[in-house]
Amino acid sequence: MINYIWSFMVVFSVISAIFGGNMQVLSNAIISSASDAVNLCIRLGGTICLWGGLMEIAEESGLTDAVCRILSPLLKIVFPKMDMKGKTAKAISMNVTANMLGLGNAATPLGLEAMRRLQGENGKKEKASADMIKFVVMNSAAFHLIPTTVAALRRDYGSENPFDIMPASWISSAAALTVGLTAAIIMIKISEGISCRK
Amino acid sequence: MQKITAFILPIITAVIIIFGLFKRIKVFDCFLCGAKKGFHSAVGLLPALVGLVLGVTMLRESGALSVITKMLEPLAEISGIPVDVLPLAVISPVSGSGSLTMFEQILRDFGPDSIQGRVASIIMGSTETTFFAVTVYYGSVGIRKSGCTVPAALLADMTSFVMSAFCARFL
Repeated sequence: MINYIWSFMVVFSVISAIFGGNMQVLSNAIISSASDAVNLCIRLGGTICLWGGLMEIAEESGLTDAVCRILSPLLKIVFPKMDMKGKTAKAISMNVTANMLGLGNAATPLGLEAMRRLQGENGKKEKASADMIKFVVMNSAAFHLIPTTVAALRRDYGSENPFDIMPASWISSAAALTVGLTAAIIMIKISEGISCRK
Repeated sequence: MQKITAFILPIITAVIIIFGLFKRIKVFDCFLCGAKKGFHSAVGLLPALVGLVLGVTMLRESGALSVITKMLEPLAEISGIPVDVLPLAVISPVSGSGSLTMFEQILRDFGPDSIQGRVASIIMGSTETTFFAVTVYYGSVGIRKSGCTVPAALLADMTSFVMSAFCARFL
């Protein structure tokens, strides 16, 4: 899937640039994209180290257990087979907490930690497990309780009430989450059914 | 409210460390141990990021995104998404920095309390960069077959766009 989407992005861009006369711009963009990726990696690397370190402390002290216990009824709905006392459930609950608090740059490092643990439980190392798919879909439709960045920008541009979009944004992300997860679960079931018949 | 949100991050950091001290943990040694693990996974991300950024930058700079936006205009009208917000909806699954720029442009052009500004704000509050999540999360552990992740995630994004337009009108 990713292979096709990525190829489409590149080929479609080149075709658009030919017709739009943007070839020189595109040519420069290709070169600069590689160094942009390095910058992004360094920035991301800093936050990964920061949250990796803080999480290690939280885990040693048992703080993550407490958070996991609070969230486990919710996680049970999405991951019914998961051991709620295990390390994976803890990492997932930390990622969900970061998302809810609107700490986007903490959510990614914590999510990566959860992915590493999910991969540890995964039977086929090349193929995404059902829990991984659900977890990544959950992160692409992240549920923010407090949309910090959005509210800050709204205030900067002179909004009378920067936070009044909050209820609407809860409803819309809850709907997105429900649809995304339901679709994922149905598609996982279908593909499991197909592989059984083979 | 604004002030409260500024409290979140510093308080969390302090709580983690105080709780660790309370449990008699060597907090800095422990921090270094976790950070070191993080460093290794960060280095491993570079190849996936180079690929992702290449695709995204090409889409943006070639004008392909505006072509896609033009093609989707009829669909946006049916689902009630304001046409001025459509560029944001198109770029938001692909690029986080790109959608932030687009969001600011909408706020500047139409104002944060206009219908366009409100729809854009709700979209920004309820979606993440899908392709970033898929590439980075799977890239970090070496998954090659993502199964139904991308279709399910894109379906979630589309739900969020339609619901944002709907909620902005009725809430």
